[in-house]
Amino acid sequence: MSALLRHRLTWPVLALVLLLLLNQLFRADFLSVRVQDGHLYGSLIDILRNGAPTILIALGMTLVIASRGIDLSVGAVAAIAGAVSCMYIYSSPEPASLQTAATGVAIAVVAGLALGAWNGFLVSVIGIQPIIATLVLMTAGRGLAQLVTDGQIISVSNDSYQAIGAGYFLGLPISILIAAAAFGITGLLTRRTALGTLIESVGINPVASRLSGLDARTITWTVYVFSGLCAAVAGLMISSNVTAADANNAGLYIEMDAILAVVIGGTSLAGGRYSLVGTLVGALIIQTLTTTVYTLGVPPEATLVFKALVVIIVCLLQSSRARTLLSRRRRPVTEPSRPKVAA
Amino acid sequence: MSVLTRTPAPLDRPRMTRLRGKARYAPTLATMGLFLAMFAAGAVMYPGFLSGQVFLNLLIDNTFLIVLAVGMTFVILTGGIDLSVGSVVALSMMIAAALLQAGWNPAAVIALVLLTGATFGLLMGLVIQVFEIQPFIVTLAGLFLARGLCYVISVDSITVTDPFFTSMAQARIPLVGTLFVSPGVVIALVVVAVAFYVLHQTRFGRTVYAIGGGESSALLMGLAVPRTKVLVYGISGLCSSIAGILFSFYSLSGYSLAATGLELDAIAAVVVGGTLLTGGYGYVLGSLTGVLVLGIVQTFISYEGTLSSWWTRIVIGALLLVFILLQKLFTRKVRLT
Amino acid sequence: MGGTAPVVDMQGISIAFPGVRALDGVDFRLFPGEVHALLGENGAGKSTLIKALTGVYAIDDGTITVLGARTSFGTPAEAQASGISTVYQEVNLCPNLSVEENILLGREPRRRGAIHWREVRRKAEEVLDQLQLGHIDPRSVLSSHSIAIQQLVAIARAMQIEARVLILDEPTSSLDADEVQQLFSVIRTLRDRGVAILFVSHFLEQVYEVSDRMTVLRNGRLVGEYLTAELPRMGLISKMIGKELDALAELEEAESRRQPDRTDQTLFLQAEGLGRKGSVQEVTFTVHDGEILGLAGLLGSGRTETARLLFGADRADQGQLTIRGTSRALRSPRSAIDRGIAFSSENRKEEGLIGDLSVRDNLILALQAGKGWWRRVPRATQDELADRYIKALDIRPSGKDTLIRDLSGGNQQKVLLARWLITDPRLLILDEPTRGIDIGAKTQIQKLISSLAADGMSVIFISAELEEVLRISDRIAVLKDRRMVADIPNDNITMEDVMTVIAGTNA
Repeated sequence: MSALLRHRLTWPVLALVLLLLLNQLFRADFLSVRVQDGHLYGSLIDILRNGAPTILIALGMTLVIASRGIDLSVGAVAAIAGAVSCMYIYSSPEPASLQTAATGVAIAVVAGLALGAWNGFLVSVIGIQPIIATLVLMTAGRGLAQLVTDGQIISVSNDSYQAIGAGYFLGLPISILIAAAAFGITGLLTRRTALGTLIESVGINPVASRLSGLDARTITWTVYVFSGLCAAVAGLMISSNVTAADANNAGLYIEMDAILAVVIGGTSLAGGRYSLVGTLVGALIIQTLTTTVYTLGVPPEATLVFKALVVIIVCLLQSSRARTLLSRRRRPVTEPSRPKVAA
Repeated sequence: MSVLTRTPAPLDRPRMTRLRGKARYAPTLATMGLFLAMFAAGAVMYPGFLSGQVFLNLLIDNTFLIVLAVGMTFVILTGGIDLSVGSVVALSMMIAAALLQAGWNPAAVIALVLLTGATFGLLMGLVIQVFEIQPFIVTLAGLFLARGLCYVISVDSITVTDPFFTSMAQARIPLVGTLFVSPGVVIALVVVAVAFYVLHQTRFGRTVYAIGGGESSALLMGLAVPRTKVLVYGISGLCSSIAGILFSFYSLSGYSLAATGLELDAIAAVVVGGTLLTGGYGYVLGSLTGVLVLGIVQTFISYEGTLSSWWTRIVIGALLLVFILLQKLFTRKVRLT
Repeated sequence: MGGTAPVVDMQGISIAFPGVRALDGVDFRLFPGEVHALLGENGAGKSTLIKALTGVYAIDDGTITVLGARTSFGTPAEAQASGISTVYQEVNLCPNLSVEENILLGREPRRRGAIHWREVRRKAEEVLDQLQLGHIDPRSVLSSHSIAIQQLVAIARAMQIEARVLILDEPTSSLDADEVQQLFSVIRTLRDRGVAILFVSHFLEQVYEVSDRMTVLRNGRLVGEYLTAELPRMGLISKMIGKELDALAELEEAESRRQPDRTDQTLFLQAEGLGRKGSVQEVTFTVHDGEILGLAGLLGSGRTETARLLFGADRADQGQLTIRGTSRALRSPRSAIDRGIAFSSENRKEEGLIGDLSVRDNLILALQAGKGWWRRVPRATQDELADRYIKALDIRPSGKDTLIRDLSGGNQQKVLLARWLITDPRLLILDEPTRGIDIGAKTQIQKLISSLAADGMSVIFISAELEEVLRISDRIAVLKDRRMVADIPNDNITMEDVMTVIAGTNA
């Protein structure tokens, strides 16, 4: 039992369950999922579908944060990805064909990879602090997206493209399936290979990692490229869902949501051990929170207030170290930590 | 010392990521040079560009950004960052608009808005200091909170009809000839002057620089580090609310989505103005110049009819990148040899 | 000095950190108008003693009397207010501010609320002149000066506070000869004015040149207090290095396998005049298969720097390195590892452990790094390797999934050793592998090193404990003042022989 209480996923999961129950209290049909036209419907499905872009971006963000970094540019990258694909489809001679949609998606993915590589270059090769390096693209990115769309909201009508964000497959929204697949692949890629452990090593102790022969530069670069990829796919989802590219508002503040999801999921902003499941739970908490606010009849825009409160509470909980420091601050933390097991 | 005593070869000197000597003025001077060059280029390219009023309009159109950049300079000088400023501007505008609509006295409204902004900043500073949480994440929470509170006040835009505010919006303070500035410019420049005085003539200001130069050193030197660190966020909050009032003078409304992304402009202005993001080096006058550079970029784009407005963001991003790379170059060179 | 009362009198000071007894009943006295050197090897307790005096650490036992009054400072600021100022090796000033500001920061004279800059300059110039440092421009930025000048500015700041006690912690380690002389002349000026100066340095020449009295610590205990003039160099070195009494008992059983001449074996590595500017110079030696080369020398003599060069952690800019007959320039640890070289750092926590990962992950890290991220070491192989090495090295607790930060120092060290053994290196460089770990683990590690060499692995063994180096090594390279000065076959030589080399010809 006490082991269960100490597990770092216990509290996020508990919070998620409480939020869901709270909703059920106010709306009796909240937890029910019904089948209509062969598709699944219900609030839970909505939460998953609306949360899919955040989940995707948070996956990339988890690995970036685990490596001691941060990626502020994901919102801008999502906007650019939506812009380039929509623009391609819009200006193509066959705007409705599957092939056009596929090419548009491919262009967006390449753009995401390239932008991620740019961030990774600034961080790992030039050696600029991650928060500052990605700030550049965060600032310029939406301008670039507007440049692509010429400042217009580009609407496209392509059924294949629309399917990414709004379509169904086997009764489930495709965006949920994409997010689930991304989650699964990320999990496999990091835990079936050594990538996850190596990212954690670099995040926990870069010096020791280098002295053990790790190529920290390549690993750092990889996580930013991956983050760019996730952001691009999320951007496709967002623009496909509304069948339009909105350079200004697509993915606005999504970097904040993603960071928040990672932190709620128990991955420390200081880098190191990460939990993809935790991030998933964190993203779902954020999405459910939005829904809850709506259910409670508060203006939906006020969700931000609740998000702020959640950030503050989570941070205070995580900084329990600060409290122990206060009680025994005479012993600086640089001293040898207490060995729990005798030799 | 005997002949046989060999003195040790000097150790690898601690890597100093510091600017040395006169080099500390270099980034700011570079910015000033850049501004003059851009102004000169504008004068060559566009008829009517080379006028005092074009320059004064840079100030008139950017009063709020100047004040924001001043507050941000304090924070960045200590090595911190404040992401909440844009939202606090919007919140200040909303509070002002809502209270004015409710018939409050404008003086009381302004006092309350300034108090709110300063308190908001102080609270963030306290959380940062007491719980040792990164400024980035705390001010991110502040960003959410302030923006959310805007919506709580009103989702719709509120128009300001108060006679004092409208008179401030329309007032023109004539200078020589046909030149004029707005009252907001005077306020912004007063803020710059006060900040300059505080940073260079008070122990508090010197402690701000000392923290940026080395927080643990500042502590060992017995300086009031914790108090100063909390206060800089209070100052940034206060500046944000002043900027909010100035923005209200300018736009005569309160709107929840106002000033979105303004924190990025403020950070960009400070960095372009030569302040090191790692803290310790920089000047409010540099930040003022940084705002003018961002302003002239905008002016350029409006003069050049073919360029669209989004080029502003791209150019600001590029400038940010160039100055960050310059900073990197400066700090790398000055590893003491 | 017998007549005057000590300005600082510390009696029976004890400080324990979890698992370590950093100070054990140490007495220390400091008189006005003397330069008192505090000496000891790494981990002897010098810096702990200073931190106890200046209020950085709370003491567990003992009394501290300053100027006749019993005190216990809560913070460095309180100690400073009572007249105790410290100048650290890494200058604790603000490099971005001017010299005058650094001298007066926090105590700037003010006029009508604003800083009175002209008065600031006058006061700064006054104190600089008193220290004969009038040539330093008070308006110049601190970082534009050399470390030496920065240290002198730090002393000026201390004098401006009118310190009665000045603690200089390794002030000379990054200064050149002229700078040292300048520092010493300032120290003498202050001494003559009655300031009590506590001087910590690992350069014995300097200690003999400037100090009046010395206190030697070893392993957290007081060895003794001596007048500098009465203690010759050899005596001092043997008091500093000493014999670890506990280890002596084990000595018999771990009988040496020393074999001073291994030239019949294949040559693995040859360094010729290897060096790096500002790090270490003139490193020349050979390492044959199955040979244990010991690096001896005092703290700061360049032992670790040599190891880092051989491992590519720092790039050499002088001399030549030949590995298996081919000349190589090692650009990174990776390139050294690919040539079969492994390096276990003296700084376990900062440069070895991945604290938040399990014993298993830490064990296979180097092996995995060699394979790249895509080819993961299979779980079964991980388990098999972990089990084998946990058993072979007697790592406790034996759980593979325990976080390594929860292990004791000795067991952490064994895991780090195993990390490299798994990669099957040709040359294992061990920097202080036995420091700060208990005696049981220590002898286990020593035996392990001997058996590895017997199986043909080359080892470079670095330790501050000369006795340990002598017991294990086939040959000994002696470093002094960041230069290699001798390469001696370990053939019936004694500690005294090596100490003579370390102490230099003028001992």
